[in-house]
Amino acid sequence: MTTMNPQKPLAGESLPKWRLYRPGHHWRSADDEFEASKFGFWLFLATEVLLFAGIFCGYAIFRAMYPEAWAEGSRLLDWKIGGANTVVLLISSWTMAMSIYCFQVDKQKLARQLLLITFLGGLFFLFAKLGFEYMPKWTGYFLSFDPALSHHHGEIDAAQAKFGGLLQFVEGYGGKRPGKWFDYPFAQSPHMPLWWGIYYCGTAIHALHVIIGMTLIARAWYRAGKGCYGPTHYTFVECTGLYWHLVDLVWIFLFPLLYLIH
Amino acid sequence: MSAAHAAAHGAHHGGSYLTPKGGFITTVWDWMTTVDHKKIGVMYLFAILFMFFLGGVAALVVRTELWTPTRTTEAGTITGQLLAPADAKSVATGNDWYNRFFTLHGAIMVFMVIVPSIPASLGNFFLPLMLGAKDVAFPRLNLLSWYIYVIGSMFAVGSIIGNGVDTGWTFYTPYSTTTDPNHWRVVFMVTAAFVLGFSSILTGLNFVVTVHKLRAPGMGWFDMPLFVWAVYSSGVIQVLATPVIGITLLLLIFERLFNVGIFDPALGGDPVLYQHFFWFYSHPVVYVMILPGMGIISDVLAVHSQKKIFGYRAIAYSSLGIAGVSFIVWGHHMFTSMSEVASAVFSGLTFLVAIPTAVKVFNWIATLYKGSISFTTPMVYALIFLFLFSIGGLTGLPLGTLSTDLHLHDSYFVVAHFHYVMMGGTIMAIMAGLHHWWPKMFGRMYNQFWATTAAIIVFIGFNVTFFTQFFLGVRGMPRRYASFIPEFQDYHRISTIGSYILLVGFLLHLLVFLHSLVVGRKASQNPWGGLTMEWEASTPPSEHNFEHEPLCKHGPYDYDTTVPPGWDPKDYPIPAENLRVAAAVGH
Repeated sequence: MTTMNPQKPLAGESLPKWRLYRPGHHWRSADDEFEASKFGFWLFLATEVLLFAGIFCGYAIFRAMYPEAWAEGSRLLDWKIGGANTVVLLISSWTMAMSIYCFQVDKQKLARQLLLITFLGGLFFLFAKLGFEYMPKWTGYFLSFDPALSHHHGEIDAAQAKFGGLLQFVEGYGGKRPGKWFDYPFAQSPHMPLWWGIYYCGTAIHALHVIIGMTLIARAWYRAGKGCYGPTHYTFVECTGLYWHLVDLVWIFLFPLLYLIH
Repeated sequence: MSAAHAAAHGAHHGGSYLTPKGGFITTVWDWMTTVDHKKIGVMYLFAILFMFFLGGVAALVVRTELWTPTRTTEAGTITGQLLAPADAKSVATGNDWYNRFFTLHGAIMVFMVIVPSIPASLGNFFLPLMLGAKDVAFPRLNLLSWYIYVIGSMFAVGSIIGNGVDTGWTFYTPYSTTTDPNHWRVVFMVTAAFVLGFSSILTGLNFVVTVHKLRAPGMGWFDMPLFVWAVYSSGVIQVLATPVIGITLLLLIFERLFNVGIFDPALGGDPVLYQHFFWFYSHPVVYVMILPGMGIISDVLAVHSQKKIFGYRAIAYSSLGIAGVSFIVWGHHMFTSMSEVASAVFSGLTFLVAIPTAVKVFNWIATLYKGSISFTTPMVYALIFLFLFSIGGLTGLPLGTLSTDLHLHDSYFVVAHFHYVMMGGTIMAIMAGLHHWWPKMFGRMYNQFWATTAAIIVFIGFNVTFFTQFFLGVRGMPRRYASFIPEFQDYHRISTIGSYILLVGFLLHLLVFLHSLVVGRKASQNPWGGLTMEWEASTPPSEHNFEHEPLCKHGPYDYDTTVPPGWDPKDYPIPAENLRVAAAVGH
């Protein structure tokens, strides 16, 4: 990061906000503040990793205890949806990183567009997660254009249209709920409720992080519109980017553990 | 910064941070929105003292209930339920009441008092001052963590108002997932602990970054006061351990609200997994509780014996050593539920903690040797700490030893041990620190005679209360019971009397502090003759701490090189020719 002293605007000139940014009164320079913010944020990311470590630890222990439930459970997850979400998150991580680069070289318009694409990536992820995974598994209702509806593993006798055809109810598909709410009729292993407990806890806490990340991205996008970020000051976007990469990284581990290995 | 802001900044320059900013409303608003680490530290101090009061009341209720055992007589009447609710129809109802009170005492004292106590109050106030910084790295985050603390405490108080929880402060499953099935208060209390964890993480993170990035020019890592080292080490633990309790409590809340089954054996879950998760956090956090206290003791002993601390680096490294070892000993809380090999390994690792701890204790004693010791109140408290903490530390060894632990675990021996460490350690240390820095914080001295008298009363009360409990434990009195056999009654009565002596001691402290705030004489800039940087600030410190960015001109305890023979703290500042960098910086 290059250091530029905040400048006084010349007569008739209006400088963007990032040129006028001054570090907090307790910092010797904007560079010191930027470095400290990044360092603090990395520490925060360490806490996030440890938070998810609890979930992964629970996953590993119960996988060792009940391998048959874990195998059965992961076969009930559709790797295509998980895979699509993985690809989307990876792309959005790239657009996020590109956006920071664009702020560094003062390409304001492109930077904001990239932030928007990143945000939409998060939105896609949540939509797929809720609409194609949580809702059918929990309730048995599918979105009518859900591809899973056409190859439903032979569990379905008849699909009944509800809500003007938007939702299709499939008998015997739902009920894959955690713990005591588990109500899925075709379970083989008695420990399936536990698998769904880990699945929902892990993915829901991750989804919460996606929402938090999207909120940060939205704020960055809004403030970028006011010219707050540029080559000498982009701390918030940098930290948002780090956060978004963490969200991506956690999913990179959740996806194979939950969807791919049996 | 706008011109108007800059002018306002100039106007306050040199004024004490305590100077009101206008009328009552303006001043209150100024404090509620302040990002000044000193004000936040003071706000933390009062919030924590208030919770200490609540936790103390709960402790007295517990001790009062234990004055007599609870039982049903042959005539069918219930005796010994001194504090049961009026509608208690059975022994069981009264015992529920007792369970709630010891849970409240534990939960409040651990999560709301001892964990945040020293770092968040004295650490917030003095860490930047000791580093020669104007503030912590992230001042707004600092204010946020205070508000999170208050919100978390409100959840806890909400749970208390709703009749409290009876799970014990550890929230062990299945107690915490099955008791009071239709009530929200366990969820409230667990949420409180979860929220407080965020406050703890943010404070720890803030301090770690501050230490890395905001040391004064010329201050290397080994020029930092040992209090800073200790707060730094505990900050690292806070950052690395607290998220694990975060996920644990979150899963517990899920378990309770949605029955996900992770800790429920009926669904294939494992309640012992909860204990592993819990202690993976809570054992390191024991050292979050004690390390800053050790830092205070290092500072107080050096300053009040006007002697260079013995083994500076050994003390600094031992803080880090304790922080490191703290992460690999959690298993000693579950000796009975692990394999013999695992138990033996954890037992061995537990003994490792004794090494860095003993390094500290011996260095402190060596510091006192040939020092010019003055028995000021902070010094008296530091000596009390040394005595009580040594007992607490040594009684930890029989608990870490598998064979003796078989007999002692879950008995009053454990209760006595951790009160000697937590109260005899941390609370005595915060009292030492509070008396050490009180003049700097509030600009006034206190009556040393009465403060020392109160300290001695606390010391006596503490030992009467808790030394007795070692005997109770060895003889087989289990913890957490409202009823006991008649043979234990005398011990319990002595212990209860001790707890009321403690009450008298702390009330006397309260009076001394109030007296000091109202009519105490003005404190000088450096009443004890400290060499750390906070004494270079005016008393009380100005809004921005220092008039100019201070330079680190001597080590924190360089009494042997900087202070001329026969030096009196009143002669502060010390002569310029004795400063390490006097020539280099042109003083």
